Amino acid sequence: MSSLNHLTAVEIRRRVAAREVSAEEVTRAHLDRITQHEPEIGAFLCTLPARALAQARDLDAALARGDAAPRLAGVPVAVKDVLDLEGVATTCGSRILAGYRPPFTATAVRRLEAAGAIILGKTNLDEFAMGSSTENSAYQLTRNPWDPMRVPGGSSGGSAAAVAAGMAPISLGTDTGGSIRQPAAFCGVAGLKPTYGRVSRYGLVAFASSLDQIGPLARTVEDVALVSSILCGWDPRDATSAKLAVPDWMISLGDGVEGLRVGVPWGFLERGVDAGVLTAFREALSALEGAGARLIEVALPHASHAIATYYILATAEASSNLARYDGVRYGPRRGGGGSLDRMYGDTRDHGFGAEVKRRILLGTFVLSAGYYDAYYLRAQKVRSLIRADFDRAFETCDLVATPTTPTPAFRFGEKTSDPLQMYLADIFTVPANLAAIPGISLPCGRAEGLPVGLQLLGRAFAEATLFRAGHAFQQATSHHQATPPGFA
Amino acid sequence: MAQATVEIVEQVARLARLSLTQDEKELFTRQLDRILEYAQSIQTLDVTSVPPMIHAAAGGILREDEDAPGLDRATVLEAAPDALDGLFRVPKVLD
Repeated sequence: MSSLNHLTAVEIRRRVAAREVSAEEVTRAHLDRITQHEPEIGAFLCTLPARALAQARDLDAALARGDAAPRLAGVPVAVKDVLDLEGVATTCGSRILAGYRPPFTATAVRRLEAAGAIILGKTNLDEFAMGSSTENSAYQLTRNPWDPMRVPGGSSGGSAAAVAAGMAPISLGTDTGGSIRQPAAFCGVAGLKPTYGRVSRYGLVAFASSLDQIGPLARTVEDVALVSSILCGWDPRDATSAKLAVPDWMISLGDGVEGLRVGVPWGFLERGVDAGVLTAFREALSALEGAGARLIEVALPHASHAIATYYILATAEASSNLARYDGVRYGPRRGGGGSLDRMYGDTRDHGFGAEVKRRILLGTFVLSAGYYDAYYLRAQKVRSLIRADFDRAFETCDLVATPTTPTPAFRFGEKTSDPLQMYLADIFTVPANLAAIPGISLPCGRAEGLPVGLQLLGRAFAEATLFRAGHAFQQATSHHQATPPGFA
Repeated sequence: MAQATVEIVEQVARLARLSLTQDEKELFTRQLDRILEYAQSIQTLDVTSVPPMIHAAAGGILREDEDAPGLDRATVLEAAPDALDGLFRVPKVLD
């Protein structure tokens, strides 16, 4: 297989700009790789070879005319199928959107395309991004390239598996409670959940609007920083996108971690963490310390309530957001011969899978008369407490470090019969969404042969600190260079 | 605090416009009960003086009220399961 499949985005862009390789050759190499490995991985819900090759040829022609190479010139990107691309099916992994072709393109995707990126296709996910294993997709399983009997994580499982398998150097995911960082950890790649408001959500199908963020997955922090510099920024089409300047994070990437204070919430980590994960995490902390960071202990006294808080707030928001799937404006309709209510009920019962129904029911319950104060309102207050925990922690440290997940990738079916066990897999990632702060997961070793993720959390809009520390970590270690057996 | 019952699940399903089978009602009742039991942990916290975090946006989220073209009507209607004369068509609402 072509060596082009293991190049970073930075290196692809450099070679394409220097015209050492054409964007078309790069695109073809990745499309071929997808064809070769897709039967065993199942990362993509659709690929767009004709569109991708046409984009690549246009870019090559522009470069041949002497146009300046844009910042992602020729970089192939896989996009989670919850982000819209005009004229291309968006399924959200759900039957309820089967056949839907959006009439617009998500701002995040448009920004990457405007910078010369080539969109390879749409990746598999848990239905409406609800899940931690991609097993909730209505269409297919995605397998973890490190072990085909194990899940890739979720909900951005297809995006993480595609990068791990060398099918794309960059992918886009979305993260509402860990859906970028957890699959990145399970598949041994890097993944960033930016600060809430950093990336426009226009064209992202909403799950929980106060928690959802779009972010990149890649093999290196340098690539994450490059793509983030383009992805982030104010958009008049998303009222919650932040009107803040976006620095060129590539410039500060090499600033190192000398004197940086890394807080470890040991009290939050004491229960239920796999021994191999803990060992890899401690070694990662030592590597950061070796690079000049200072380790301190911090407290997050309310973080143990994060899962309860999250599953009240996220499901409440989801029950409202998913009310729009009613068989009127898009997607297949059922029961159209009966009353309007019958049509709504049948369309939704047939169109949604079990996890989505469960969350709509829970969300409707916590918002309903008699339960609102005890659940929804109280959870919003606990969310304030969790955010205040981080505010206090960041008075004494610059970053908070945890393992990304309590265990490495689990087996198919291991948690599907008990939704609560699946939810608890998100214990370390959910707090960042509640606090609206940025978080990155980096590969930091292996436990029983499976990748382990190091999570670094920063102050709101302090992505630069995450990138500096992450890059310093990758300069000092080689975990990010490991490829799954059979995918070298 | 509330425990999920089949009656509650039926009521919530009606509000959410989900027609569930009997099997689904029973399964979801068991599962929601377990999730709500877990979620009891937040009832132990004293939140008397804590303000709710009602949104996550960093700054002002209002914009000028300026008119701008929306999506093209015909293009949008192409995605509809049933449309007529530029409108979404639905089953009869009143008998």
